[in-house]
Parts: sequence; C-alpha cells; structure tokens
Amino acid sequence: MSELRQIGNVILDLEGISLAFGGVKALQDISFDVREHEVRAIIGPNGAGKSSMLNVINGVYHPQQGTVTFRGQKRHRMEPHAAAAQGIARTFQNIALFKGMSVLDNLMTGRNLKMKCNFLQQALYWGPARREELAERRVIEDVIDFLEIEHIRKTPVGRLPYGLQKRVELGRALAAEPILLLLDEPMAGMNAEEKQDMCRFILDVNDEFGTTIVLIEHDMGVVMDISDRVVVLDYGRKIADGTPDEVMHNQTVIDAYLGVAH
Amino acid sequence: MSERSTDTFPRLLLHHAAVRPDRPAVREKDLGIWQTWTWRQVEEEVRALACGLAELGFKRGDNLAIIGDNRPRLYWAMAAAQCLGGVPVPMYQDAVAQELVFVLQDAEIKIAIAEDQEQVDKLLEIKERCPELAHILYDEPRGLRHYDTSCVHALDAVQQTGRARMRAHPEFLDAEIAQGGADDVAVMLYTSGTTGKPKGVCQTHAAFIAAARSGCEFDRLGPEDNILSYLPMAWVGDHLFSFAQAMYAGFTINCPESGDTVMNDLREIGPTYYFAPPRVFENLLTQVMIRMEDAAALKRWLFGYFMEVARRCGAEILDRRNGIAAKDRWLYALGNVLVYGPLRNVLGMSRIRVAYTAGAAIGPDLFRFYRSIGINLKQLYGSTETCAAVCQQPDGQIKFDSVGKPLSGVEVRIADNGEVLVRSAAMLKGYYKRPDASAESIDAEGYFRTGDAGFFDEDGHLKIIDRAKDVGKMASGAIYAPNYIENKLKFSSYIKEAVAFGDSRDAVCAFINIDMGAVGNWAERRNIAYSGYTDLAQRDEVYALIRDCVEKANAELARDAMLADSQVHRFLILHKELDPDDDELTRTRKVRRGFIAQKYAVLIDALYSGKTSQFIETQIRFEDGRVGKVSANLRIMQAQTFPPQAA
Repeated sequence: MSELRQIGNVILDLEGISLAFGGVKALQDISFDVREHEVRAIIGPNGAGKSSMLNVINGVYHPQQGTVTFRGQKRHRMEPHAAAAQGIARTFQNIALFKGMSVLDNLMTGRNLKMKCNFLQQALYWGPARREELAERRVIEDVIDFLEIEHIRKTPVGRLPYGLQKRVELGRALAAEPILLLLDEPMAGMNAEEKQDMCRFILDVNDEFGTTIVLIEHDMGVVMDISDRVVVLDYGRKIADGTPDEVMHNQTVIDAYLGVAH
Repeated sequence: MSERSTDTFPRLLLHHAAVRPDRPAVREKDLGIWQTWTWRQVEEEVRALACGLAELGFKRGDNLAIIGDNRPRLYWAMAAAQCLGGVPVPMYQDAVAQELVFVLQDAEIKIAIAEDQEQVDKLLEIKERCPELAHILYDEPRGLRHYDTSCVHALDAVQQTGRARMRAHPEFLDAEIAQGGADDVAVMLYTSGTTGKPKGVCQTHAAFIAAARSGCEFDRLGPEDNILSYLPMAWVGDHLFSFAQAMYAGFTINCPESGDTVMNDLREIGPTYYFAPPRVFENLLTQVMIRMEDAAALKRWLFGYFMEVARRCGAEILDRRNGIAAKDRWLYALGNVLVYGPLRNVLGMSRIRVAYTAGAAIGPDLFRFYRSIGINLKQLYGSTETCAAVCQQPDGQIKFDSVGKPLSGVEVRIADNGEVLVRSAAMLKGYYKRPDASAESIDAEGYFRTGDAGFFDEDGHLKIIDRAKDVGKMASGAIYAPNYIENKLKFSSYIKEAVAFGDSRDAVCAFINIDMGAVGNWAERRNIAYSGYTDLAQRDEVYALIRDCVEKANAELARDAMLADSQVHRFLILHKELDPDDDELTRTRKVRRGFIAQKYAVLIDALYSGKTSQFIETQIRFEDGRVGKVSANLRIMQAQTFPPQAA
C-alpha cells in the first residue's frame, strides 16, 4: 500500500532542537524532518527523549535552542492550543480521556476548536448551536464508523477495556481532522490482536485522510512494518535516521538497544 | 396477485415495487441513523446492480459468491443475480480463506461480492487457487483505494456502469427477468457439513417461495412486519426469513450497524418477527440475570417474586388456556406492568408477535422463561435441504420438547430406523454437481432423508432426539443419544459446550466447556482470581459448580426410563474453548464429535480408565491465523448418578 501513497514535501522541519530541564539535557541538537503523508517513527530506549520530542512539536515544551517549522511557518514560542489550531493533534502515553463521559462526548471534545457558537448559544441549544451540533456530530459519526466503535458510542469511557480506550483516544485526535497526528505509544499494553487492529487503523488514517503521522513506539515489529522512516534517539541525541531497513542494520542503534561490551 | 407475476423472486420484487412503492423494504443503521430504502428504491438499486453485473460478463447460469455481514447491498446482489438468471451463493463471513477455496472452486465462481477489505483480502489470498475468479466487488470502500483495479471494483462503480447500460438498453433487464422460470435454481446454500466436504444445495424459486408462503400464512406475516437481519446470510434460516419471506410478504428487513450493536439495534427497531438460535436467547437471558444480580435488593425481590408468578401461569396465559386461578391472573397483570413489560423492552422484544428458534435444542427453562414473560417464542424444524420449512409450532400448542406439526403441503414420515423423512414442494432440486449424493438422500418415492432421528407424539407433534447416525447403543443395550445428553448439560447457563461419549460403552462420560461470561462473573462475585479461560476452568470451585450442573442433568435423565442409563458418570472441563477455527465446531457451532474424539483420544482414555488427571497439549489457531499451543493438566471428576425413576 505504502508504495502507492504519494509522499510529498517537508511539512515539519526541526532544526537543532535542544531542550534542558535544569541540568538534565533532554534533547541535544536534534534535527530531522517529516514529509507530507508519511508515517514517521521515533524510537529509542527509555529516557531517550522521545516524548519530550513530541511535546516540543505540539508546543507543550519550549526548546532553549533550535527552530520548529510547520508548513513553512517558523515558530518560536507556541502554546499547545495554537498548535492544535494549526492542525496538530495527539494522543498520550497514559490515556488522557474524560473517564466519566461517554465515548461520544469524548470525541465531541475533539471538535471543540471547530465550534463557533458561544457558551450561551450552546446552553440554549437553539438555532445556530443546534445546526452546528448536528454538523459536528456527523463528523464524529464518521470517526466512529472508521474506528468501528459503534457499539460503545454511549458507554462511559471509564468502563471500557484499555485497548478500546486507546482507540477512543485516537478517535478524539482524529475528530480534530488533524494535518499532523502525533501518537505517543499507541500500542503500549495491548495484546497481539489489538496491536494488529491499531496498526490497521493507523495505516488507514494515513491512507484515507492523507494524515501525516509521527509515532513513538516500542514494538519494533510494528515500527518496522508501518513506518516509512525512523529516527532513533538515545540519551537525547539523534543516533540514526533512515528507512526501517537502514536503521535496523545500523550498528550504533544495535549497540544502543542491546548495550555494548566494555 | 396472479401466479405468473410472482413466481420468481425478481418478479416478486417488481410486484412489491408496483404495489407498495413507498413502503420501507430495507433499513440499515449507518453513521448512527437508520437509513431507509423503499421498495421502489430497492428495485432501482437491484436493477442497477444487475445491469452492472451483466457489464462484467455475468450471465444466465453463472454463480455469484456473496460474502459478508448482513448489508442491504449484499441482499440486493442476490436479487440482482437472480434477475439475470444466475445463482447467488452466500458464504459464511467468518470462514477463513482456506475454507472458501472449496466453495469457490466447486461453484466455479467468476464474480464474488465482498463486504469489505477483510473479505477482499481473503479472496485475493486464494485467488491463485481459484483461477476462474475474475472479479471481486466490494461494498465498503475503506482501505481498498489502492488495490489493483483490474479485478477489484467498488459496487458503487459497478452500479454506475449498470445505470449507464440501463439508459442505453432500457428493455434489457426486463427481458432477462421474463426469461426466468419458477423451476430455475434461485439460490445455492452450502451445507456446513458436520462430516465431509460441504455440498451445494440447489433450491429453486418455486421451492423457496413455497417455503416462504407456508411460513407467512402460518403466522399471518404481512407487509407491516419488521425483522432484524443479523444471522449469517449463508444460513438457510436467514435466507428464508430475511430474503424469501420478506420478498414474499413484503415486510421490512433491518440490518444492524455492526455485529456488536445487535442488542441495541434490536431495541431501536422493535421487530415484530424475530428469529434466533437458542444460543442467542441464552446469552440474552444470561445478561439479564447478571444485571439482576447487580440490582438493588427491592428490584431483585420484585424480579424474583414476579418471575415465580410467571413460571406458574405465564406460559398458560400466553397460550390462552383455561383454569388459571383469578389471583394468578391479577398477579400476572401486575407483573406485566412492573416486570415483564420493562424486561421485554430491555430485550427489544416489546413488539414481537412471533419469535422462532431452531438449529439446536432449546432448554425447557430457557424456553419457558421467554414464553412466561409474554414473548411468543416457538420452535420450528427444517434444514437447508428443506428450505427450513418442515414443522412449526402452532400458536397455543407449544411443547418445549417438540418441534411442532408439519406445515401444510409437507409430508413427514418416520422410517423404520427412526429417521425422519420429508416430502414437500419446498425441497432441494439436488446437490450441485453431486448426483450421487442427491440420489442417496432422496429415496425412490421422493422423500428426503433428513438424517435426524425422531418420532411423533400422541398429539401429532414431531419430536427430534438426535442425528440418526449419532444414535447408538450402550453396552447395556439402552439407547444412547449423545446430543440429547449434551443438550441436557448445556441447559445450564454455566456450560457452553458439552461432548458426550458412551456409544457401546457401559457408562457415559463427557467433556465440558464452561461459559466464560457466566462462570467468570460467578467467580468474580466469589473473589476467585483467574488469569484466563484455561486457569478458570481448572479451579476447584469451578469443578464443584460444574459437578452440581452435571448432577442436575443426571437427575433429569433419570426421570426418563429410556435414557436413565445415559447419566454422566465422569467428566472433565476442557482447557480450551471448542472453536470452529480449530475444526472442532462447524461454522454453525455444532460439535464435530468424531473429530473431537480423535483429537482428544488421550482424554477419553483417561476418563474411562479411572485416572484423576491427565496432561494434554493442544495446538490452537488464533483469529489472525497464527498458531499457538496451550497445555494443561486436566482434572477428572466423578458425578453422582441416580436410580431410574418411574415416569
């Protein structure tokens, strides 16, 4: 499938990113780019700085050095909501859904940015607010259909098994109709079948909507299967960047994962 | 309606489109909303599809494979194939690629219609081995955008080309429909085959329309009725209820949103006519019971009290019998407001006029439960070869252990060996390309050998006890009907499957599969920790629970003098669930006894040699096709048996 997908120009360019928390250097002079419509994986051992990298991309962390260019716009200091408005959505390593709310309501929160009506209009649920709600619901139903979660539409998220919660979280990110989707360990803690389903969904998102995807994942089999290019971090430094095949045979990467004899 | 204008399914479709153009014919829940197609719209869709198929080279006498969940377009594809004089061949959607090969080759399939990417992938996987397969059409385009378009097409596109052809040759399709005859084969259904290769059962338009007519007249089904179509399309039951009867009576079929939402969709639609195998009724009841256990004390008391009232008089009231105490009538009416009505509503059965179950024996408790809360659940008897129309229970004459009386126009005879023989208009034309098998199963007088053993009781109701070939003799000379024993065991909600052994032996032993949902819940309530099926199945507490169930079944068996010797002496709980993917069950979830006996021979030896445990390792196949192993040390337990009681 992937060979037919048209990979376009650079959509996200990271240059010389350095990030430190006090004395801890989380990221050191990291540069890589993400092209349109590709699936880009970030891998590395625990504490390598992968999640920090995602947080830099969607504006949670502000790097001390380096520039982030998204769709030609260089940014210096950006807040997460601004990143979301630009079309960047993400999921979290630890599920961050509203446990007491239904799947439907959780997905609706993903549409929040697109809604124009004010609080009062929505509270009265009249005229434009009603029309808007219906239009948004339509988008949500497409997401529900896409992720095959019709049967849990009205179930409170807290009652769902872990694998389904992960899927709902992906759904919420998709509801924002993102251009760039950041997935932080979408398959952590899943069994083989759930992983397979999730892989299929990620590829389908990429395929159907042309969404560019940056994902962090520990399951090497998954990474090698679904990503177009892989960047490898270790102790906050980039140690390799290339196609899955290149990375897999890179000696530095092998050493980083398996350790080196001293 | 004149005879000629309604003697094939395409003509029935045109008839309804002319008589009731704006009545709903099909509904499907899509994007959370029920979408409706009227009979006129269905006609247009079918025409477009038929013309599109013709463009692809589909012609009279060709077979069209259909594989997927119940989707409106897949039903229309059946009608479209019939318009062109072709034969639809619905296949089980959960069959693995391997199993499809035989049918595709046997039926010489050139065009296959698949629901979605999953099914298309399966077909592509085996395409090399089915060289005749030229085109694969799909309903749901998701994920299929980049497939090789020379052989994989969207149904949308096919209908587009069909519409173009309709404009260019408006008379083409009507001419094709006019050529069709009542004695043409209308559909080919492959039997699941408890033994050997599946066989294609060829049914004509006349046969299925006859079956549909007798069923519709029997229960007075009309255009106002609604049915939920959720059972496999390849199964004769679904074909009769969702296709043949809907086409005959003109009622509305409703396709659920997905397999997981059936319960919800059932409530939303509130069908008037419902069909489900006993397993579904059992699952529903289990869910109700589990939820009742979580309910508050007052509700539990109300439920318990009024269910007792219902047990006493509910079924009799439904049957309009006389001699029910006035007090009970009052209590039942009160219960109807407080308990039964709301319960029917929760089950999605508020509007049901008639519900059927078939395919396996239904437990008397289960059967009585539904009838006692006012759901007119009945049993019917039939098979793929007889269009599922042989016997049905008339309203008011319900017995839980019979399958009712022969339908009008159906002759039923019991052979000397106890086998049930059937002759009717709704009977197979023959097995596809298998004259040998056809000759074997239809005798010189035109009676079809059902392979079931049974007898008529004093009221003329047919009673089925087992498959004729499974009925054996025990060492003591007593009759041994394994299915009968297994059903007795399975009437417990904790037992999902059971396999009995005992032919020419001096005692009966059994394998048990626990019901993961029910036993799991039972264990949680008692703070019994477990990691999975294998672990749970081997807990002491679970063994004790199952022993009680087995002993209860034994007590039941002891009541019947003929079957008192069939009590289960020893049993074990299997370490894995029996699964069609491992060939242990058929796709319709019937036990393949011979295969299991072979596969687990070591366990059977252990049961009869008096051991207390036995180690076993088994290969299992996961849903994604990978293969793994499970092993366990299975315990074997003795169950108490009872002396035979006089009836």
